[in-house]
Amino acid sequence: MLLHALTSTLARELKLAVRAPAEAAQPLIFYALVAAIFPLGVAPNDATLASYAPAIIWIAALLATLLNLERVFRVDFEDGTLEQLALSPVPLALTVTAKLIAHWLLAGLPLVLIAPLLGLGLGMSAAATQALTLALLLGTPTLTLLGAFAAALTVGLPRAGVLVPLLVLPMLAPVVIFGAGAARAAAQGLDASAPLYFLAAIGVLSLTLIPFATAAVLRNALES
Amino acid sequence: MQVARPITLSNLAVTRGDKALFAGLNLTVEAGQILHLTGRNGAGKTSLLETICGLRQAEEGSVQGVEAEQLHWVGHKNALHGALTPVENLQFWCGSVGADAGAIESALTRLNLKAVRNKPLRMLSTGQKRRTALARLLLQARPWWLLDEPLAGLDVQGVALFAELISRHCAAGGAAFVTSHQAMPAECGVVREWELR
Repeated sequence: MLLHALTSTLARELKLAVRAPAEAAQPLIFYALVAAIFPLGVAPNDATLASYAPAIIWIAALLATLLNLERVFRVDFEDGTLEQLALSPVPLALTVTAKLIAHWLLAGLPLVLIAPLLGLGLGMSAAATQALTLALLLGTPTLTLLGAFAAALTVGLPRAGVLVPLLVLPMLAPVVIFGAGAARAAAQGLDASAPLYFLAAIGVLSLTLIPFATAAVLRNALES
Repeated sequence: MQVARPITLSNLAVTRGDKALFAGLNLTVEAGQILHLTGRNGAGKTSLLETICGLRQAEEGSVQGVEAEQLHWVGHKNALHGALTPVENLQFWCGSVGADAGAIESALTRLNLKAVRNKPLRMLSTGQKRRTALARLLLQARPWWLLDEPLAGLDVQGVALFAELISRHCAAGGAAFVTSHQAMPAECGVVREWELR
């Protein structure tokens, strides 16, 4: 039953994305545009760009993930679906996890997949690009999870807007430090595995704790 | 379906935010009964139903006899997504509560929604959306029905259909709490009225 609940939630979210493809593509386009517009601000052939590239790509990924995350529970909250999910024998934390897996597949994974293109385009070395892509793969789930937690905190507010980024950006600092750190280490020919392990550890910790915290916060919102 | 076990509210007080809605409510509802909750706007009818089904904590007192998997909650919000069809919405609901999705076609036919079952929900009328929400009651047999304004938006035929479903449900040992500003249709059989003050 639990597996069936997981797959039916996943199937619903993916179906909704297929019905509104323009909305689903927004984070990816935003991400590519931010990364592409950065070089226009520096001198042509500026070699220092490559050293800033990991930070640029990470910030773009951060903002792109948060772009539509604010709405991840809002529609379900407003149309009453969340009440049904909260009363279901299936744990709400599991349903939340399924929704976030779907969100990551749609808004997180594409960012990872085109990161090599952006990295090489910004002049990063092959080794640094590889480390950056791996770091994004390990770090973007944490962005989704922490962002969703903040989205749950603000779900009952009529216009949360910029509140979600304000709440969540400070919490995401470690992910950016280790994520960009991995690429920097690789660019200098050093071993990037330490920051990657840190990212993996943060990711596992988030995945273990945040669905439960998010479910509790959503239940609280239903009582408002 | 199991016969409904009695639900007892004892000395119940419910607040919403910091506003006290009612206090000292004592009430027992048993199998076969329909309890029609009435009261002015803001009296706390919806909050009472939410407290009974467990979405809201009671400020004081207790609710006894409620088991989450034994009750259906149809709130005043339909819990349906506009971009999905009635069939897809109900499939998701079945999956999310672990019910068998095989009964969806017959439930939609029963509620006269066969013709629109594969149209996106946003194309449906208010009454058709309400019927889709009520179709959940038929997808899994549960003894307790908690219905918040189930008649809102239903046409004459829809109200008669609802009356038939709920009277059959109660005859089979079920029970229901219903809030409604309209009088309950006569076909419902014996209805216990309760005004919330």
